[in-house]
Amino acid sequence: MSEFRMPSLGSDMEAGTLVEKAVASGDTLRSGDVIGAVETQKGVIEIEVYENGTFDRWLVEIGQTVPVGAPLALIRGGEEVEPSPEEPSPSETPPAPPETVPVPPETEPDIPEEPEAPPETVPTPPEVEPFHPKPVEPEIVPGPPELPEAPVPDPNDTPQEIPIPTHIEPEFPPEIVPFQHEATSQVRPRITPAARRLAAERGIDVSAFAKGTSDTITRRDIEAIDASKSGRVATDFRTAIAAAMARSKKEIPHYYLSHDIDLTIAERFVATENAKREPADRLLMGAVCAKAVAAATAKFPEFNGHYSNNSFHPSKPVNLGFAINVRSGGLVAPALFDAESLSLNDLMLNLRDLTKRVRAGRFRARELSDATITLTSLGERGTDAVFGVIYPPQVAIVGMGAARARPAVVNGELAVRTMATFTLAADHRVSDGHRGALFLRAIDRNLQTPEEL
Amino acid sequence: MTETETALSEELFKIAPDVELADIDRSADLREEFDIDSMDFLNLVTALGKRFGIPMPEADYPQMRTFNDLARYLSSATS
Repeated sequence: MSEFRMPSLGSDMEAGTLVEKAVASGDTLRSGDVIGAVETQKGVIEIEVYENGTFDRWLVEIGQTVPVGAPLALIRGGEEVEPSPEEPSPSETPPAPPETVPVPPETEPDIPEEPEAPPETVPTPPEVEPFHPKPVEPEIVPGPPELPEAPVPDPNDTPQEIPIPTHIEPEFPPEIVPFQHEATSQVRPRITPAARRLAAERGIDVSAFAKGTSDTITRRDIEAIDASKSGRVATDFRTAIAAAMARSKKEIPHYYLSHDIDLTIAERFVATENAKREPADRLLMGAVCAKAVAAATAKFPEFNGHYSNNSFHPSKPVNLGFAINVRSGGLVAPALFDAESLSLNDLMLNLRDLTKRVRAGRFRARELSDATITLTSLGERGTDAVFGVIYPPQVAIVGMGAARARPAVVNGELAVRTMATFTLAADHRVSDGHRGALFLRAIDRNLQTPEEL
Repeated sequence: MTETETALSEELFKIAPDVELADIDRSADLREEFDIDSMDFLNLVTALGKRFGIPMPEADYPQMRTFNDLARYLSSATS
């Protein structure tokens, strides 16, 4: 029997509230399963187990707030996947117990903590080659919330243990719907995700407000409640983005490249495919481009990985962070794991699932911390080009501008083609413009043969 | 509101719960009015296709440009 404890987010998190239970007594658990969700000041984060076994029982009730490290549930038997004893552990705050998932700020994958934060290591995807975190100087790497690495580093881990389903009914990711159902039927009021996030951002106690109302609480309601307490400009979300981006601009010597890519062939490919498909199976140009970027990244290792402790640690898998706009403001870039080896269809399904969960305000710790390169796109209503700011500890970000009809020269003739400007912002400590140019051209080549992606 | 308009506004609420139908221009670009991107739009089309049991082909997307267009499209596709 082992205890599952309230996960730690870092020095500024003292307590969390259990808001959803996804498992009940007797359920079989596999490492990576989501067992519930906790609400912190930074939003709702799903909690995963890192052991196999049987769920015994919950020790706290929904709505109950308990301090970090307090037992939330009991898990029976099974092979517990203990981190090795050498695992660095924070020295000041209570160390997160091995089976918990640290809750990251729900923004960029890497948010510097307070300077006095305990030593933290940069979370590394399991397969990242040479990086064995040792206790590091806290001032060198103000990394993101530390992930318990030991539960997953076994390279023989089966892909099913990665908590991203590769096949998922895109309409209703199972981990969302039952939660909401349970939540609404029990203590929590009906509330839209946008309203819930806003309430969390502004520190409004929704349960107190909701008593006696049977209507769904919307963002407008929250704004009305908050109207009196004006003046809080910087939300937690924005503060976290500011911290990560300021660190990036301060530490990373960016260089930038730009390349116009003809998407006419890719566009025809998508149209031809989609004409044969039900809406649920249709492709988006964004997914085709993501696949083209992932395939190119696999061949240019100097753009894929993390820079920490004054050296670059390349990653074998391409965990492609995909920047997703959040309706209530802000941006997150959770990872599509192993994007280079996913088929285009699977990548599209995963992207759909990820977008849906992000919009609902739910994603997992690993998705935020383990991206190894990022793709940002402003979409069809965006501008011609976007020049990204690298998310530390990553070393590159690819930007995709809006695709639109433009004059272009094809075989010496002027033609109207669907063009999009792709950009690369990369870390000069790791690569240079020559390789960057080859990388962007590789993306271009991949997009000229979309059927091979 | 007609039945299709009600259904459409329900599906839009799932995607853009922060936008009130009363606040939007129903004859303006749906994506602008509801601030939805191509992924949101695909999810909307998927949900409506399922709800009404119609294929919603991509070739018909130009007929789904505004709220009113889309409501009209759904009415004629289901009648």
